[in-house]
Amino acid sequence: MSAVLANLPAFLEGFRMTLVLLAVSGGGALVLGTIVAVMRVSPVATLRWLATGYTELFRNTPLTLVFAFFVFVVPTLGVRVDFIWLALVSLTLYTSPFVAEAIRSGINGVPVGQAEAARSIGLGFGQTLGLVILPQALRMSVPPLINVLIALTKNTSVAGGFFIVELVATGRQLANANGNAVIPILLAVAAFYLVITITLGLVAGRVESKVRVLR
Amino acid sequence: MTSVLFDAPGPKARRASLIASIVSAVALIALFGWIIATLAAPRTGPGGVTLPGAFDPSRWDIFLDRAVWRTIWGGVLGTLRAAGLAAVLAIIIGVILSLFRSSRTRWITVPVAIVLEFLRGVPVLLMMLFILLVLSTGQYWAVVWALAVYNGAIIGEALRAGLDSLPRGQREAGLSIGLSPLATRMRIEYPQAVRQMTPIIVAQLVVLLKDTSLGYIVGYSEVLRVMMNNLSSFYGNRYLFSLFFVCLGIYLAINFIVSAIARFLSKRLA
Repeated sequence: MSAVLANLPAFLEGFRMTLVLLAVSGGGALVLGTIVAVMRVSPVATLRWLATGYTELFRNTPLTLVFAFFVFVVPTLGVRVDFIWLALVSLTLYTSPFVAEAIRSGINGVPVGQAEAARSIGLGFGQTLGLVILPQALRMSVPPLINVLIALTKNTSVAGGFFIVELVATGRQLANANGNAVIPILLAVAAFYLVITITLGLVAGRVESKVRVLR
Repeated sequence: MTSVLFDAPGPKARRASLIASIVSAVALIALFGWIIATLAAPRTGPGGVTLPGAFDPSRWDIFLDRAVWRTIWGGVLGTLRAAGLAAVLAIIIGVILSLFRSSRTRWITVPVAIVLEFLRGVPVLLMMLFILLVLSTGQYWAVVWALAVYNGAIIGEALRAGLDSLPRGQREAGLSIGLSPLATRMRIEYPQAVRQMTPIIVAQLVVLLKDTSLGYIVGYSEVLRVMMNNLSSFYGNRYLFSLFFVCLGIYLAINFIVSAIARFLSKRLA
């Protein structure tokens, strides 16, 4: 326990990095995923195929491989940026198809009558989607979206294997430095993750009961 | 495809969407063309060394060597060995956990619920590190047990949801013909719950297969480590790009095969 308390600043620094990864790539994935979901249901065939191909490609690729591409291969192509940016891009791209699938299942869950009613009062495609379908679909997507964010929280740990010092990398360094206190240190790392994931789970429950569409 | 969002398009709308399709296709082809042209161009590195373009034969010639493919095959076997054993163990752990979780005694369900919540809220990578550093089992068993326990927890929750969604009459009928509670669970309820949850369980097994690549970080020689670390250090950075592409192809092939088997199975079970 004393090893944990003595190294609390290091833990907090790692925790901060995990939160940064979660917040930035989570936000990016929400934006990108919404765009992909809209493309996936658009009347333009090319965009539909592109979105489907993108989703299939990233859902069948391990996150570690995405990281390997951005951290090892991209720098050999002459791109020189900080590793944190490469990590954020990897996490965003990997998470966005899951966001897109969550939103798409929400769109498919909106009853047909809603769109028919929207069209029958003269709304066009953009208006039907933006004013009637998406507001309902997004609400129905909230619980699966929070599950995607919980998965993302755990996935940020992969960045720890690629030169980013977040919680797991911090835990690994501290465990190597304090060979007699490996178990408390790793349990402390687990506790920090549980702070995020359990909070998100509770938020999911609250939000779900708040924004549910009453029919 | 949803037809929820728009009517069957008329001639004008069809023309508009065809034009939009063509325009975006041209834009996409231009983008891909630009990417390919950029990759194909020779590049001078920071050390003043000029590398030929990414599609130059001199950056792909290692794949003519049988020994390279034998090494890659060793990596693929490493991935499949870890994934296969972990999948079997995960299903066993999942069944046991769901059995405890749906027990009638609170003394059993509450601790099991806490354990499940803990296992599902913590990254697999952390579990691998824990097993590796605390139990000192070696990399293979660290990968296998971490994946088995983590995915077992998720499969356990899925099975419990499947059990909960069964009509109560199933259990009552089992008990009323004189089966013991355990026999009712195993012979009446489980077969139905498993059948209902097959798609979720199979999706989780694909996730498990993908997660074996975390072995890369803890030093287990699976396909990603063999290709992106061992082979690329042996042959040099110039092959990094081609090795990545072959590795991506291998993962996509394995996952599509597993998904196809899953679709076939769920059709057979339905």
